[in-house]
Amino acid sequence: MRALGSSFGGMFTGLVGAIVEAWAELRVHRTRVLLSLIGVAVAVAAITGVVAIGGVLEQSQTESSERYGGRPALLSVNVVDSTGTGTPNATTLEAAEARLANRYGIRYTSRVLQGQLSLSTPQGIIQSQALAVDPDYATMHRLRTASGRMPGAADETHLAPSVVIDDNTWKLLGSPPLAGHPTVTLEGERPVTAVVVGLQRADCDQCYSVTMLYDQYLRVAGTPSVDQGYVPTWEAWVPPKNAGALSKRFSADLSAEFGSGWNVQVQRNDYQATQFGDPLLPLKLAVGGIAGLVLLLGALGLLNISLVTVRYRIREIGIRRSFGATAGRVFFSVMMESIVATVAAGFIGVVLAIVALKNPLSAALVSRAVQDVPPFPVSAAILGLVVSTAVGALAGLLPALVAVRVKPIDAIRY
Amino acid sequence: MLLALEGVTRTVYLPDAAPLNILRGVDIEVEVGDHVSIVGRSGSGKSTLLNILGLLDEPTSGRLVFDDIPLERMRSAERDRRRGRDVGFIFQQFNLLPGRTALDNVMAPLLYASGRAFWRRRALAAEMLERVGLGERLDALPSQLSGGEQQRVAIARALVRGPRLILADEPTGALDVETGASVMALLDQVAETSGAALITITHDVNVAALARRHMRLDAGVLRPVDAAAPTESASAGSALV
Repeated sequence: MRALGSSFGGMFTGLVGAIVEAWAELRVHRTRVLLSLIGVAVAVAAITGVVAIGGVLEQSQTESSERYGGRPALLSVNVVDSTGTGTPNATTLEAAEARLANRYGIRYTSRVLQGQLSLSTPQGIIQSQALAVDPDYATMHRLRTASGRMPGAADETHLAPSVVIDDNTWKLLGSPPLAGHPTVTLEGERPVTAVVVGLQRADCDQCYSVTMLYDQYLRVAGTPSVDQGYVPTWEAWVPPKNAGALSKRFSADLSAEFGSGWNVQVQRNDYQATQFGDPLLPLKLAVGGIAGLVLLLGALGLLNISLVTVRYRIREIGIRRSFGATAGRVFFSVMMESIVATVAAGFIGVVLAIVALKNPLSAALVSRAVQDVPPFPVSAAILGLVVSTAVGALAGLLPALVAVRVKPIDAIRY
Repeated sequence: MLLALEGVTRTVYLPDAAPLNILRGVDIEVEVGDHVSIVGRSGSGKSTLLNILGLLDEPTSGRLVFDDIPLERMRSAERDRRRGRDVGFIFQQFNLLPGRTALDNVMAPLLYASGRAFWRRRALAAEMLERVGLGERLDALPSQLSGGEQQRVAIARALVRGPRLILADEPTGALDVETGASVMALLDQVAETSGAALITITHDVNVAALARRHMRLDAGVLRPVDAAAPTESASAGSALV
């Protein structure tokens, strides 16, 4: 047991000694080391940055998809008659949908209707695409305004509807500040004055849109006409793992409720239902390939300098052998020197990547692109450190073999 | 017996020439606390003999026994470890590690030690530099030290692990006469205090005369020299040349 402890102690001091030796070596040759490690640090920063940017892009792409198709899993339910021109009585349908939500414990649901509204502006009357939804819709579709807010549950009791308009419409209104509660007239049989509570980006130069609460829309535009293509839809945000089963249950329950004269359509429109593979894979591969190339060049530079340095240090290696450094220890020390250096460079590279992505300027840019800014991925930092260690080991292997082959007596005379 | 060589030869095989017999049947025994000087002309095989004595090189034939263990029974790593633990080298050109301070240089052998010696390496190295009179120059780089100071750092480095055998290869060869004498006096005193055996290889008859036993290496053959007492260095010198 004592011999085992002593052997372990010897190994431990050997390891610490090799690290101390490697660190001292790097300290003495810091200029050379710094120059040789610039490439490695840049490459590690690039690889780490690519992984992290990939995370941000993925989040951005995901959020963009979720704005259109909803967050996974989003079930969209329509009930129409067999001719496709009629819908059940709105009160009956909404009661059935509410029962479904209660039965299956669904927290987020929204009625959705896409229609058209005429808006009166100082430049004249414009036709706007109208989106009528319940308050949960904003969460379910990650809807957010460029400024102001989305209409919420508190707005439902207001007599004047709360609307979000696009910036084209806003310009036609004379770009009034939202803090002044600007209004816009919604034309119809009885024109209604609505309060603009938020702005969203226009889809195109000549596009106009307005988003408002479902019941407030019905009060302005009346009951939707199915034969004109305005089919009311009910959306439910459900856990993705239960989406398939719930889809069948919804269909079965509503079919049972409305009878054979009605067609119940339940479909999933979120991006996870239609997407195969990683849409960002080509981008990730391209940037990763470039970073890999930079890393390879950095490693070759490091290897070259390490080989030259070992030749320059042959006498020193001989002197160390005279102190009792074994061949294994010399091999390990030269390897450690390379590894310690590249791990330090890797650490700097990871810090550079974090600073590049998390500084206030970049953070502001990222937060404009994504709603839920992903944290700097730990996996990216680990990858950076693993890559730098591997490069250090590979670049240190050849010089270490050269160092071991040196005969002590020849080395001392070198 | 600390070290014994029995009929040791060392032959170098050259590609386009006859084999070179550097050492021929060398016999020597060294006890703990011994002080031996070996003189010889350039090319007589002195450094080769020193490398064999210090386990840096192997004999072509013959026997080397270190601490009652024959060389052939020691594995390469064991030989390295024993060299680090029991042998201290002092070179003619000092061979200090460039870019490292005096303290770093003396600490260097302790990086290969284990236990207390490893963890207390800084204190031990500082203590040893203090003993050789360089307590005020711990942070000096080799380039900032005189030749005599550099050799004193080398002596401190050779002794810091408490070796039982000190091998000095022309320790005063790169120093002027006065500095050489003071360095040798120091080496002699430190070796005596530590109880280590000291083998000095030298051209300098005055340095050789400081030893208790004197040997001459001539064309690879090692013979004892009948020298006078160290105090009579001049007559000893004449016998050694």
